[in-house]
Amino acid sequence: MNFWNMLAELLKGLTVSVEIFALTLVFSLPLGLVIALGRMSKNVLIKNIFRIYISIMRGTPLMLQLFVWYFGPYYLFKISLSDLSFLGIEYRFTSVIIGFSLNYAAYFAEIYRAGIESIPKGQYEAACVLGYSPVQTFGKIIFPQVIKRIIPPVTNEVITLVKDTSLAFSLSVLEMFTIAKQISSAYTTMVPFAVAGLFYYIFNFAVAAGMEFVEKKLNYYR
Amino acid sequence: MPVFQIAHLSKSFKDLQVLKDISMEVCQGEVVAIIGPSGSGKSTLLRCATFLETMDRGTLSYGNIAAVTCDEQGNSIYASPEILKKARGQFGLVFQNFNLFPHYSVLKNITDAPVSVQKRKEKEVREEAKILLRKMGLSGRENAYPFQLSGGQQQRVSIARALAMKPDILFFDEPTSALDPELTGEILKVIRDLAAEHMTMVIVTHEIDFARKVADRIIFMADGLIVEEGDAETLVSHPRNERTKAFLANLHSPDETAVPR
Repeated sequence: MNFWNMLAELLKGLTVSVEIFALTLVFSLPLGLVIALGRMSKNVLIKNIFRIYISIMRGTPLMLQLFVWYFGPYYLFKISLSDLSFLGIEYRFTSVIIGFSLNYAAYFAEIYRAGIESIPKGQYEAACVLGYSPVQTFGKIIFPQVIKRIIPPVTNEVITLVKDTSLAFSLSVLEMFTIAKQISSAYTTMVPFAVAGLFYYIFNFAVAAGMEFVEKKLNYYR
Repeated sequence: MPVFQIAHLSKSFKDLQVLKDISMEVCQGEVVAIIGPSGSGKSTLLRCATFLETMDRGTLSYGNIAAVTCDEQGNSIYASPEILKKARGQFGLVFQNFNLFPHYSVLKNITDAPVSVQKRKEKEVREEAKILLRKMGLSGRENAYPFQLSGGQQQRVSIARALAMKPDILFFDEPTSALDPELTGEILKVIRDLAAEHMTMVIVTHEIDFARKVADRIIFMADGLIVEEGDAETLVSHPRNERTKAFLANLHSPDETAVPR
């Protein structure tokens, strides 16, 4: 296999990695906020359900969770989803998105919670006295300030996610790392790993630059 | 009819009773100062009046809006959310720490609540906000953000923010306590100007000299009780109660380390 063919294969894999990355963010960022609000609920039952959820998601390996989502339906309930494709997407890929989204949402939830709890009580009190409804208070006053504060830890998670997409290799999803491994074994060469490594680095460089841009944009206030 | 009326208010935090059977009323155009040692319940009284704390016992009303009534045992019963919302529209509160919204410009801090809470026209609110800013000596700072302003300027913005809601009564919770001593004067001047315009105000303060000059009436509180109240000048120069005397003497004693500003 010549270098250019290899490069083309890896780039094809990279698009799948980017899909996993983007879809995970699309689902886990909003879900994380819901989990954070549940975790902060005054209702003890709801609070503890979300606390346990976060504990499990953070306390077990993501790869193991991917196996549970992929194999669980059949092993546990004898439901075969493996052949099922939804809108042309096979379950192998769907289970990766489910696993990643639910796992990352737990981490994002704790970041949101830290951000929300760091906003001074006076902000809520000022909003309350001015007559803002609870929804307005959160949406207009609290959450915009939370976003500014959580950008650095969110950047950390997003960068980790770029690298974690390679875990989809465990379910043989044809993302970049899986393809690099296949080519490497077939041709006994390290080159695909080196190239894949470079791609991951460039990907993360762009992510970090993007987040820095957002951070600068929000620097108009303190 | 008084603009603001509170009767037999009691409030406890766990086992500590911080307010004991407080009754007071404020009439249209009146300026009332509340003084007293720290821990006397002044701020809690203000926080109960503005619904930031819930009352245990007693009643509260703004004009003819009965926001809190009580049962036969005197336990407070809060009115429906709609009535409380209406009551909230009657007062403004200026905080010790300003509590401006840091992500909003000065102008937006002032205009956002009138527009999004009171649903008034943005253009009209904007014009009023500019007039308020001129009154506060902050013309030209419309587009600044709170962090770019001094403490005194921030506090003046927060006063403008409260006034933009057109309240019937304005509460101040130690409005100069978080400021450098040289910045307190500008806030006190603003309050004096408002008093001259007959704005109804209740001011919790440590500035006794200021209270004497600007207030019509002073309430002296200690240990959750109203110990003495009366005409501002008389209360400061001829206090009757021993505790009031001790408090004022302490403030004026020259060898005190805590020199009054």
